[in-house]
Amino acid sequence: MDILIYGTINSFSLALMAIGFTLVYGISRLPNFAHGAIYVITGFLVWSFVNLLGLHYLLGILLSLVIAGLVGAAIYQFILIRVRGMATSEIIASYAIGLAILEALRWKGFKGMTYTLPPFIEGSVEIFGVPVDLQRVIMVGIGAVVVAFLWLFTHYNKIGLALRGMAQDERAAMMLGIDSDMMALIAMAFGSILAGLAAIAILPLGNIVVEAGYRVLILAIAVCIVGGLGSWFGAVLAAFIIGFAQIITDAYIASHFRMVVALLAIIITLILRPSGLFGRQKELEERV
Amino acid sequence: MKMEMGERRKERLDRGIKVRTEGIYAISSWEEMNYLLVPRLALILGMFALPLVMPAYWQRVISYVCIYALLTLGFDFLAHFVGLVSLGGALFVGVGGYLAAILNTSFGLPVVLTIPIATIAGAIICTLLLLPALRLRGVYFAIVTLMYPLVLLRIIEALNILGGTEGILGVASFPNKWVEQYLIIGIVIFSLFGLRRLVNQDIGLVFRGVKDNDQAVRASGLSITIYKSIAVFIASGLGCLGGAYLAHVYMWAGISQFALDFSILPIAATVIGGGGTLVGPVLGCFMLVPISELLRSVGTLRIAFYAIILTVFIVFRSEGIMVYAQRKYHQFERWVKV
Repeated sequence: MDILIYGTINSFSLALMAIGFTLVYGISRLPNFAHGAIYVITGFLVWSFVNLLGLHYLLGILLSLVIAGLVGAAIYQFILIRVRGMATSEIIASYAIGLAILEALRWKGFKGMTYTLPPFIEGSVEIFGVPVDLQRVIMVGIGAVVVAFLWLFTHYNKIGLALRGMAQDERAAMMLGIDSDMMALIAMAFGSILAGLAAIAILPLGNIVVEAGYRVLILAIAVCIVGGLGSWFGAVLAAFIIGFAQIITDAYIASHFRMVVALLAIIITLILRPSGLFGRQKELEERV
Repeated sequence: MKMEMGERRKERLDRGIKVRTEGIYAISSWEEMNYLLVPRLALILGMFALPLVMPAYWQRVISYVCIYALLTLGFDFLAHFVGLVSLGGALFVGVGGYLAAILNTSFGLPVVLTIPIATIAGAIICTLLLLPALRLRGVYFAIVTLMYPLVLLRIIEALNILGGTEGILGVASFPNKWVEQYLIIGIVIFSLFGLRRLVNQDIGLVFRGVKDNDQAVRASGLSITIYKSIAVFIASGLGCLGGAYLAHVYMWAGISQFALDFSILPIAATVIGGGGTLVGPVLGCFMLVPISELLRSVGTLRIAFYAIILTVFIVFRSEGIMVYAQRKYHQFERWVKV
């Protein structure tokens, strides 16, 4: 029962981390290697707003999310837009931006145990006899809401539909009058807000550390590859697979192997089914 | 005024001497021969003169520069001739360094044996590790190379194997600093000219085919995966050689050899020096590594610093220094009326 409940919780946290990355990649084919950096920066922003400026927690969260979105949009508008379509430059530029943010944060001294966000609500509940603190329950709630919201947004909203059109065929979408740069900008802002949301939901469970930026990036990428790059449903499913695999290794082997599980998941996926579980429409493009 | 601006454009033409030196006329006079030889000799002699003219503190840096130069050559080769972007130079350095250290401390092999064995065995290991990503196009190679150093570092730390966070101490050093420096300078020059030759051979053509149009390569009955593996083998061999050398220079192998510096600095050096020229990235190392030594006191900020330089260059000046210099050397420009 422990495994079942903590596996579900872990899976939702993975899904939250990954969904921003997969959104951006699916729509604009940009691998956003700055994803982890945005995750961490949002955590630090909330911390600074609450502890340094003395803002209300909720207000701090909202402001940070807005800033995360703006940062994402700025990264696209000023940097990535110029190298769009050049695969090598896209990867290097976004990776360099992420590194610059993370290492600058590390230099400013944001490391160690001192930076923690308070949980939204203290306390814990028992689910089927397993004690779970409320923050984890809330995180699962946020995860579920985000997934549901994205599904509704992309199916019943004009911008959402435009985004999906872009994801399927950028040229055709452009012919139908969808501004592809605008949509990519929106996707990038959205992806960054989702990264920030993941940070806000997950970080109260532990400390804010710069290393989390790399870990989140790797986990997000692992989830996306297993699910098929750019497939949202695949990403959610893959989050559950990796999430449970991680908890099972935790329980039976050792918790050091969490990252190894992610790496193995990628390697096995690439060997057996390179386009991931649900990456079928892109299969011909990526498989050599 | 505005109209006049629109009526001119810059025209670039190859210099006569450039065209002449491409064929047999290259040996027709001293002028042509110098045109070809001077830049090459300047580089070679300049590198060999470095250990003699540098002050004592900077002597150490020469070896680091050359180690980074090897990594950078590998990166440039993979990225601009085969189309594989490797974000994990640290993987190659780490594997090479640990192999050399283990061979030296546990098996007692001398330096002359550890470095070649670590190079070949390390290249084989790295190629096998990266093999799953080689069958695919797109971002997978970048992702997998990004992950390996971070995960391997985590494993070594967590399991406390291979000396854990302490690293492997007591690795043998070189007999003296002249051997240390001249050997690596020789290796860099050899690799540089060797790679330049390689990319102009038939196999180099296939590599570029893999980058530009892999379906055409397949249609010619060649396996893309095999050619990519060969390329990765060459590049990771260079990286492992650098790593093994570093282990012997430091007399130590540890988790800092999986550090991010080894991944990001070669990329920055390549972009600044001029990707696809092979010489440019080496020169880029000669600029960036000393700066990085000066910045050692500011800690990880220097990684942020490279990353920012890198972003600025790739977005605004993506051709790099060497491409610019070659253009000025080989071509003249003039304004012509349209």
